[in-house]
Amino acid sequence: MTTTIESDRELWGPAATSEVNRAVETTFLPRHPANAAAPQPRPIGRFGRDDVLTMGGAAASALATTLLLFGRLSTLDGAIGFVIVLLLTFIVIYAMLTALTNDVPAIVDKVMAVLMSSTALLAGSALAWVVASTVWNGRTALTKVNLYVEDMSLAGPLEPLDIGGIAHAIVGTLVIITIALVLTVPLGILCAVFLNETHGRFTGLVRTIVTAMTALPSILAGLFILATWILILGFPRSGLAAALAVSIMMWPIIIRSGDVVLRLVPGSLREASAALGAPSWRTVWHVVLPTARSGLSTSVILGVARGIGETAPVLLTSGVAASMNTNPTENSMMSLSLFTYEAIRSPQQNMVARGFASAAVLMILVLTLFTLARVLGGRGPGRLTKRQVRRATARSKRDLARFEPNSTGATS
Amino acid sequence: MSMLTVTPQLDDLGPAPTPRPLTRRRGRGDRFFSGLMLTSGGIVLLVMSAVGLFLAIESVPAFQRTGLRFFTTSAWQPSTGEFGVAAIIGFTVLIATIAVAVAVPVALGTALFITEVAPSWMRSGLVAMVDLMAAVPSVVYGVWGARVLQPHTIGLAEWLANWLGWIPLFTVDGHDPSNPLSSSAVFFASSFTAGVVVSMMVIPIQCSVMREVFSQVPPGEREGAFALGSTRWGMITVVSLPFGRGGIIGGTMLGLGRALGETIAVVLIISPRFDFSFNILETGSNSVSALIALRFVEASDFDLSALMAAGFTLFMMTLVVNFIASAFVARSRSGASSEA
Repeated sequence: MTTTIESDRELWGPAATSEVNRAVETTFLPRHPANAAAPQPRPIGRFGRDDVLTMGGAAASALATTLLLFGRLSTLDGAIGFVIVLLLTFIVIYAMLTALTNDVPAIVDKVMAVLMSSTALLAGSALAWVVASTVWNGRTALTKVNLYVEDMSLAGPLEPLDIGGIAHAIVGTLVIITIALVLTVPLGILCAVFLNETHGRFTGLVRTIVTAMTALPSILAGLFILATWILILGFPRSGLAAALAVSIMMWPIIIRSGDVVLRLVPGSLREASAALGAPSWRTVWHVVLPTARSGLSTSVILGVARGIGETAPVLLTSGVAASMNTNPTENSMMSLSLFTYEAIRSPQQNMVARGFASAAVLMILVLTLFTLARVLGGRGPGRLTKRQVRRATARSKRDLARFEPNSTGATS
Repeated sequence: MSMLTVTPQLDDLGPAPTPRPLTRRRGRGDRFFSGLMLTSGGIVLLVMSAVGLFLAIESVPAFQRTGLRFFTTSAWQPSTGEFGVAAIIGFTVLIATIAVAVAVPVALGTALFITEVAPSWMRSGLVAMVDLMAAVPSVVYGVWGARVLQPHTIGLAEWLANWLGWIPLFTVDGHDPSNPLSSSAVFFASSFTAGVVVSMMVIPIQCSVMREVFSQVPPGEREGAFALGSTRWGMITVVSLPFGRGGIIGGTMLGLGRALGETIAVVLIISPRFDFSFNILETGSNSVSALIALRFVEASDFDLSALMAAGFTLFMMTLVVNFIASAFVARSRSGASSEA
């Protein structure tokens, strides 16, 4: 201990000080003029009181200006025009206000930040508009119970909303999506595992094709099933044919997102399993798939959300039906999206209201699935919930008790 | 402590060492499993190539009848042999271009907002919002576009026609800006409205690709720009945008691929026409998928073959666009576009 301190003193003693002094004498440090202010570090991403006040002031004055000028100076009218004029006025006034206290780069920075926020706001409010207007326009039909329990076999387009409903479309959607799930999930996940476990030219080819197919226009999937299943093989137009077409849409989505999720499984887990002597199918079944379970369910749900909303394949391969049909192998089967499409094209106001209602039901279905996917897939692979942690701890305690009967669960 | 190194003489060790053979004996279960995986990959490959193959086979009669005139004719009367996709492809590309032109600024701005500007508590909510936009079925967007948005875009279209009507793109036949009583019916069911609605479906695709790339910007380069006194926007222009160039281009192309194939939303908005026109604000437009959706019901065998030919053309177009897009995205992911 003592020696170190002494050696330190030797290093930083008088001799060292003179070295430093000499260095100062020969180095020219940049000198600021005495009257110039010391440069301030640029604040980044801070949103202080000044910003709030500037922005609030600019917003208030832009709103006032737009209300005053709108419809007089510009001929642009309507809600969209109002928003455009308001945004432009706001940006000009905001730039002018920030110019009072800032240099040019800072003004550009602030204006661009406003532009970026307003694009995000635009996207968000457009989405909100879509969701809200659909539910709002369907409200009269949505509140009638018969919408959910009756089909359209007895209700013509002119019937009031008290008669007829979309039960056949709801049932059809569920049947079609169930068949599609049975077809796509095992094969899709197996193929995702294939893409992850093997490497080579063939794997690369499959991955490329699957990637290209994720953006296959949905109408072409329908056209393909129409060409092969119905025209060449001679099967009738049916819910099954629609399910096949929807499967072709869902398949690449499940494979692609499953592939991404499986890639996140730590390689050390695989290696540990292999080191314990497990054959690779056991590694996949007992280690890889359980670890990625939440992510895989997310990818399946995303596929379902896409498949459930497809209209064009169902239109081509199943066709429109007015009555309940629970047999997927024969006759047309309606889906919610197809019903929406048919109803909204009708000139009758009641049919349009039904179309909005079924669009709202479809959207609520998709949003529910989507929320489910977010809740399930929010955790990374291998992250356990509290209950899973408790269960794993209990299992571990039992094992300990089995191995060492004397120490009764000493660890917790 | 001696510095002497003794090198072993090969002669002392006997015959030259041979590499240890590393082989793996695979059990029956594993052979079965890898066979199963290969089969699944094969089936997927088979089905996906069958889509293109059968569309091609089914469209042979139509191509035999018209030959290359199929790509230059602007009419659709398969029964008279007078049919082709010139105008339809033109409209398809026009709508997709409008959609991408509207979507790219919004998607880019939103992606930059999420990665660079938004406070961290807002981020996951914004990502969920973008994913949600992608999850909303296209028929819902179509219904919204046709019944809710359309009355509002008319005002905008009229304003564009009044003030920018001298640009051929915004010219509208039958619209007289000086006549205050002129009907706004000429603005209904236009390519412009269809493009705006399709952009709603393109935005989330582009935005999520761009966000992904921007979130991979090396933190060192980002902090380097800030340390040199850059503003946030300065950092974005010199670091984020150049780094994410591949992702921006790839995402844009992916969105273009989606926009080319969009069916139901376009069908619900446009009123079909078969003579091409650049005037995007005018009533009437078309697209390959809309044509198929509207015409297949009363189609004879030959009509169907003609529709398959149109579908095959669309298939090849989207395939090329998607391949280019995924090449760009893949290259940007590997970091090749960062000049570090």
